[in-house]
Amino acid sequence: MNDWKKLCALDDIPRLGSRVVKSPKGDIAVFRTAEDDIFALHDKCPHKGGQLSQGIVAGKVVTCPMHSWKIQLESGEAMAPDVGCAHSFAVKLEGETIWISL
Amino acid sequence: MKKHKLVMVGNGMAGCRTLEELIKLAPDLYEITVFGAEPHPNYNRILLSPVLAGEMTLSDIVLNDLDWYRDNDITLHTGKQVTKIDRKARKVITADGTEAEYDRLLLATGSSPFILPVPGKDLPGVIAYRDIADTESMIEAAKHHSHAVVIGAGLLGLEAANGLKLRGMDVTVVHLADWIMERQLDKTAADLLQTSLEAKGLKFLLGKQTAELVAGESGRVAAIRFKDGVGIPADLVVMAVGIRPNTALAESAGIRCERGIVVDDTLQTYDPKIYAVGECVAHRGVAYGLVAPLFEQAKVCANHLAQMGIGRYAGSVTSTKLKVTGIDVFSAGNFMGGEGTEEIVLSDPSGGLYKKLVIQGDHLAGAVLYGDTADGAWYFQLLKNKQSIAEIRDHLMFGQNHVGDVGHAGQVKAAAMADSAEVCGCNGVCKGDIVKAIKTHGLFTVEDVRKHTKASSSCGSCTGLVEQLLASTVGGAYQPSDSKNKPVCGCTDHTHGEVRAAIRDQHLLNIPDTLRALGWKTPNGCATCRPALNYYLISSWPKEAEDDPQSRFINERAHANIQRDGTFSVVPRMWGGLTTPNELRVIADVAEKYQVPTVKMTGGARIDLLGIRKSDLPNVWEDLGKAGLVSGHAYGKSIRTVKTCVGAEHCRFGTQLSLSMGVKLEKMLFGMWAPHKVKLAVSGCPRNCAEAGIKDVGVIGVDSGYELYVAGNGGIKTEVAMFMCKVNNDSEVLEYSGSFLQLYREEAYYLERTCHYVARVGLDYVKQNIVADAARRGELYERLLYSLQDYEDPWANAVAQPAARREYEVLEVNA
Repeated sequence: MNDWKKLCALDDIPRLGSRVVKSPKGDIAVFRTAEDDIFALHDKCPHKGGQLSQGIVAGKVVTCPMHSWKIQLESGEAMAPDVGCAHSFAVKLEGETIWISL
Repeated sequence: MKKHKLVMVGNGMAGCRTLEELIKLAPDLYEITVFGAEPHPNYNRILLSPVLAGEMTLSDIVLNDLDWYRDNDITLHTGKQVTKIDRKARKVITADGTEAEYDRLLLATGSSPFILPVPGKDLPGVIAYRDIADTESMIEAAKHHSHAVVIGAGLLGLEAANGLKLRGMDVTVVHLADWIMERQLDKTAADLLQTSLEAKGLKFLLGKQTAELVAGESGRVAAIRFKDGVGIPADLVVMAVGIRPNTALAESAGIRCERGIVVDDTLQTYDPKIYAVGECVAHRGVAYGLVAPLFEQAKVCANHLAQMGIGRYAGSVTSTKLKVTGIDVFSAGNFMGGEGTEEIVLSDPSGGLYKKLVIQGDHLAGAVLYGDTADGAWYFQLLKNKQSIAEIRDHLMFGQNHVGDVGHAGQVKAAAMADSAEVCGCNGVCKGDIVKAIKTHGLFTVEDVRKHTKASSSCGSCTGLVEQLLASTVGGAYQPSDSKNKPVCGCTDHTHGEVRAAIRDQHLLNIPDTLRALGWKTPNGCATCRPALNYYLISSWPKEAEDDPQSRFINERAHANIQRDGTFSVVPRMWGGLTTPNELRVIADVAEKYQVPTVKMTGGARIDLLGIRKSDLPNVWEDLGKAGLVSGHAYGKSIRTVKTCVGAEHCRFGTQLSLSMGVKLEKMLFGMWAPHKVKLAVSGCPRNCAEAGIKDVGVIGVDSGYELYVAGNGGIKTEVAMFMCKVNNDSEVLEYSGSFLQLYREEAYYLERTCHYVARVGLDYVKQNIVADAARRGELYERLLYSLQDYEDPWANAVAQPAARREYEVLEVNA
């Protein structure tokens, strides 16, 4: 069902960091956690559109650099008490390669 | 792993707060069962008074609704009274025979109102004031009866009297002592309070001892008679003469009780499996009846239940606020004074204003405020922190604004503000929003308000005002944050000072080791603590510790300043503010080549190129680099710029070569990371055209040398730099400024500007280290130079190193 596209190598993204991916669906932020879990979110904070890709990653949460909203990487949901959601995209890691489905 | 069983007896504020704290620390450790005698979930008992007064409804004051218990897998038994603890079998048994086994038992049985042992105390119409049922019966009584008598003119009694009056009853307050609230107020304040309550229609009978409550024909109470033979009609009698810790259950199980259930500093009772918190507890001989100390107990108790074993409860200093709308009373500490104390008093009886500060040595020991309590929270903090007031003693009475400790917004008194008035200018939050959030979410701390409303979460200058709003909204429940012992963030209980010391003493060199060594609660910290840790590591162990880019804010990670649209700005460094036609030409070329939409001068007198795409940054730096220009740290917690005037090089008044001095300083400090941004200025004469008076280090040339000023700030709250010392020549300027900045780098907490740091440690301390102690100055200076030597130009790196360049490159994926 998923139409997987090859994105990059795991090591192209620093641990606890992210990269921006240009796509037909707009900019996507791809995150890598300390445990090498990979997540992808629309690169727009639900608050005021800040680039989540530029935030600090800790656990499975990224803090938006604009006004410090905390967004959960798995769901794209903002942490309470803030309310909002960034669209998430399916990604998978096979060996050292990251795949994404739009 | 099998979960341990935790049973809590009592479903009130202290107990539930303990569970909340526990769940935060160890969500999966326990299977929790709660027994509450009342048929309600946990509610905010403090707000019963506003309910009685008709200002709030019962549903407004529920703190943990039934969903909360369900979401946290807590089994809740409401309306069930635990009657027995079987310590051998480790189980509790209720009146209806329900049993629950425990591995740990938490007693939070609270207290009961003290009922005067007088004839007639059990008559219908005689009640205490403690819970929802009492409140409801008072509301009901007010509908059918007219004469209310409240026995006891303490906090609770007066709030009950006020509420009953507002519900239309004729209310008399009877009190044994010579003045009302004698445990919280001195006579002067109490008399003022009594006068204004009388103006609201309350009547007072002081020095009266109740002899008997007399029944009427219906069997309901009809009158109250005193020892002196006088009697008055009463068809509702509310006893508010004090509380007794509920210890019966604990006592029946053989647990040591004195005034309350005896606990140690970890809130453990004499039975190590049993803990106790709240009003039922006697800690070091004191039983507390106000909510703030109970919350402090809850925090410590939760920590020990979570098996973390950090933290001790050492007792609390309490403060009091009366929640009667329109009347402001505050008291804290030893407000009566006595031997060894002095008093500062401001008294304006006709104006309805009275303030008394009790001072012992260099510390504030107590305070009573009547009429204007805006500074209550501040006085309370001074008192709790045992902060020296020696330097501010002459302004102390006039409040925090006068001392100049708050930002621009602090000049408005919270209570007098309209609901629509803006409190937080950064996030556009009004007073009404904050008060509503405090009431609906049951908030007690500035941090909570920050999370829910964003007020004071950006520049922080309105923090004082938010504190005032909290204090005036929740009264005694407000917990002023302990600024001295504040944890770094929610990931840890350690303070900045403790973290710094651990990194230094244990020679920690990277973030994962630090998190492990200090028992961090989160696997990799958060966006608040990681940047602080990264700074502490690299400043404590230069050239040894790993600098972690992922623990730096985007500006420091990308070496440029992110703008609201996601583009960046670049500020080419111009040493001392000097540039050349060739550099300007290169900058102009870059601006055109990369279609920079905005070019402006910065506040530090440098050229700012705004609106550069992140992917263009390395190319911009490469072009600038070819002309010998490095970029500037116009974005970091680091050296920003050294501003200069033209000085003796050109100016007819100049006494010193401020241009070359500025260049030398800026070159020396290139690449210096700091707890916060650092700005300098050099003026060539006392006319001070470089505005050195509001810089972290201000250098002012005089005929015989230079004057050095430190800890100025032109930001949120303007702070004028203070004179540190006079030096003779350029090399002394470098050494004294450098060693001062190194002292700041080694000792300040992350995000503390020099003005805050110096306010904390005192200018005298700085002078001792930098001016008086030449050896210490030399060491500091040497360490500064060592950590700055061989600093690698991060912009050149981003251009040259493919790994570093990756930060700026965008990936692509097609449909």
